[in-house]
Amino acid sequence: MIESPVVERVLARGLQHGGDFAEVFVEDRETSSALLDDGRVEQLSTGRERGAGIRVVAGETTGFAHTADLSEAGLLRAVEAASAVARAGGMAPSGSPVAFGGPDGRGRPDFGDAPITLSKADGLELLRRADDAARSAGDAISQVQVGYGASRRRVLIANSDGLWATDDQPRTRFSVSCVAVGDSGLQTGYETAARTVDARLFEEVSVDDLAGLAARRALGKLTARPAPSGEVPVVLAGGSGGILFHEACGHGLEADHIVKEASVYAGQVGRQVASPLVTLVDDGTVGQEWGTAGVDDEGRPSQRNVLIDHGVLTEYLWDYLRARKEGRMSSGNGRRQSYQHLPMVRMTNTFLLPGDEDADEIVAQTPYGVYVAKLGGGQVNTATGDFVFGTTEAYLIENGKLTEPLRDANLIGNGPEILRRIDAVARDFAMTPGTCGKDGQSVPVGCGQATLRITGVTIGGTAE
Amino acid sequence: MGTGKTATATVHTGATGAGEERLDALLALADRAIDRARPGEAIEAYVAEGVDTDIRAYQGEVESFTAATSAGIGIRVVRDHRMGFAWAGSLDDAVVAETVEAARDNAAFATPDDHVALAEPDAAPPVEVDLWDAGLAEVDATAKVALALALEAQARGAHPRVRQVSSADYGDSATSVVLVSTTGVRAASKRTSAYASVSVLAGDAAATQTGTGFSVGRGFGALDPDRAVADAVERAVRLLGAAKVPSGRATVVFDRRVASTLLAVLSSALSGEAVAKGRSFFAGRIGELVADPVFTLVDDPTDPRAFGAARYDGEGLACRRNVLIERGHLRRFVYDTVSGSRAGTASTGSAVRGGFSGTPGPGCRALTLEPDGRGWDEAQVVANVGEGLFVQSVTGVHSGVNPVSGDFSVGAEGLVIRDGRFAGPVREVTVASTLQRMLQSIVAIGSDREWLPGVAAGQTLAVADMQISGS
Repeated sequence: MIESPVVERVLARGLQHGGDFAEVFVEDRETSSALLDDGRVEQLSTGRERGAGIRVVAGETTGFAHTADLSEAGLLRAVEAASAVARAGGMAPSGSPVAFGGPDGRGRPDFGDAPITLSKADGLELLRRADDAARSAGDAISQVQVGYGASRRRVLIANSDGLWATDDQPRTRFSVSCVAVGDSGLQTGYETAARTVDARLFEEVSVDDLAGLAARRALGKLTARPAPSGEVPVVLAGGSGGILFHEACGHGLEADHIVKEASVYAGQVGRQVASPLVTLVDDGTVGQEWGTAGVDDEGRPSQRNVLIDHGVLTEYLWDYLRARKEGRMSSGNGRRQSYQHLPMVRMTNTFLLPGDEDADEIVAQTPYGVYVAKLGGGQVNTATGDFVFGTTEAYLIENGKLTEPLRDANLIGNGPEILRRIDAVARDFAMTPGTCGKDGQSVPVGCGQATLRITGVTIGGTAE
Repeated sequence: MGTGKTATATVHTGATGAGEERLDALLALADRAIDRARPGEAIEAYVAEGVDTDIRAYQGEVESFTAATSAGIGIRVVRDHRMGFAWAGSLDDAVVAETVEAARDNAAFATPDDHVALAEPDAAPPVEVDLWDAGLAEVDATAKVALALALEAQARGAHPRVRQVSSADYGDSATSVVLVSTTGVRAASKRTSAYASVSVLAGDAAATQTGTGFSVGRGFGALDPDRAVADAVERAVRLLGAAKVPSGRATVVFDRRVASTLLAVLSSALSGEAVAKGRSFFAGRIGELVADPVFTLVDDPTDPRAFGAARYDGEGLACRRNVLIERGHLRRFVYDTVSGSRAGTASTGSAVRGGFSGTPGPGCRALTLEPDGRGWDEAQVVANVGEGLFVQSVTGVHSGVNPVSGDFSVGAEGLVIRDGRFAGPVREVTVASTLQRMLQSIVAIGSDREWLPGVAAGQTLAVADMQISGS
């Protein structure tokens, strides 16, 4: 993308004015998407973005600038802007020479293997098939929206510590959103498949199945009763979202929150913070999951990090700068939305290791409660640990059986309390894709879990 | 790095995007793009360019300083009632030419639709709204850094229970946008904005509460950092010791910020596109009484006080005042050109778009409620409600409010209202209802309008008969 002598000169300029760390992050992103809505292909869209984000660190201060001008002159202007703060500090030039020798993501430094892309016509054919499948799921399906998106993100990260890393990240997603209409009004159903892979996603994912699932979700809620209100036992289905752990503790384990003491998990390493059934892992190397990448956005190879081991907190998530300050290695969790953003500590694929119980048996042994088949989004305040997550498909459990469908509601809990209340984990593990937002930046993440039970969570329905 | 060290900081931000000359240059670039139209084609070019500064302070140091310029173009091509779109994060002429070509190719695959067309100039005259603070460009980096550091220092020392300032930020931006089309639209506008935002942690590690305060304005001088600090501290400190309350039905008083969020959610059900596609509980209800007669909702981007004020919409048509709900009666949906045509009417000048990489769709920019006429502020609404729950922040709006079905369930923090006054603090509860029922259960709309960032102003709002889930 950019020749190494150019990068060397840019980094050297960054250090020249007193910076003690400089980094160039170059990104070239191509996207294409198509939307079928209301029975029509409404929009095909393609986009291209390339540019560089440049960081210069001096002491506690990070200067950051980005540019779409990848010429040497453009990069030098950006590094000047980034080092303006450092320059004002009047520190002596460090002038240390840069020798690159970092890892290459997935061994594809030259981006030789172009991803397999769908032709526009083939992509539209998939949209139409999904539309048909959703509409044929029931007469009450009144509206269907199907979206397809593919992107290829190529990155180069080089820094003054000698790191030189590249990666090539193809991502593909397909989603179906349905509306069903009945006497009780409108209900919605949604399902998506998203992986870090090119068009080969469709070798493994059936768009008909996705569409059928989204449609059934909307149809099922037409006869739903209001969700209960108050504290109830909750069984979360395997692969229902995994967002529980993402919100209940994942964010709270990010080192930026920890060092600012803005997390209920600060100072808790080595302590029992969850039920012994909880072993939580963040792993950016897993197959083609949505949060997988060869290297993170600071050039550190993705790795597997055990965060909670049988209920005991073992580790936090680290980015390069915070780890550097603490004299340790990054855990490969420095990520950014694009070259226009500073990296932060972020999750990749975060999941609970499966247990050894039978999923059906967990339901059978629950006299009363709520069974959540599919979760929507969530939100957490890491400083208090309070978090919410929403249901998009849920049922009442009565006498160990699923009975009536429930309308959508949020559940609310406190992370450390909820983690201690997990009393059963099954074997039926599955991952789901999601988009994680933090401080205005969105990145793709994976979440995973098996069927599990929480002895009590407050559910915010309207039934008294 | 401390305040003194930054005294000589200067920042090179490249193109400043400031003057009228810059708008002329962007117009010329957009003109060159639409000149590429072939016979039978309509082309629209949207070009945006901006300069941003963001500064974060932490423990007396500048944690990060971002100086950035960005620019890009979005192209729509319509041919034979098919639309294609392409964008690029570059204003390079060769890239622009490729982008036109990509949009053209994309159009060939869309389903022909008689309603698909670019906007054409209509009779509505653009209203002059001054969104540009020329003084912002004169403020040097040193002053901005000093503001961020002062914000952080002030928050740290503001109250004995504040133990940490988790973020203290200053930011500003200057943006120029032009839109031209072969159908005769020609619009150019520029705006500046600045903000100061601070978040604090109060209490000890075992029982922490958080609060955020902010101030926004068109320029540096419009900011009120003291207010941001006071808000953040008050919100965190008054929640200390918060606990769940028992489940039950109650009247809920929503703080102005929360009320603004609720209006924003409601606005997606008022989109003419959502209505046309059967994705709104308001569909087919024009003229009906959908809310308590005290409820009048207006979208007015021509009011210069509104954060979302704008001269032109996302298709280059003049923004205008639209009365959406009048004394409880549903009057109007918001439309862009395509959704207006589909509904058998015209655009209401309500196209919005998410920058150069997004396509326009109908949406609101500057929602406000008519006060209920009693002239109440927050304290008076609380006093008159007597018993209930005051909600100062909500979570899970994205996951718990469904503008299609109307189902409403959010996490809430706030204060118990007893005998018309704030009593104990509350956390980890949800409040639930449906949007339909909430609209019918409005008991007070304050006269304390605050122009908040986002698409809606804030006013204290009281809603009866909501379900609280707690212990």
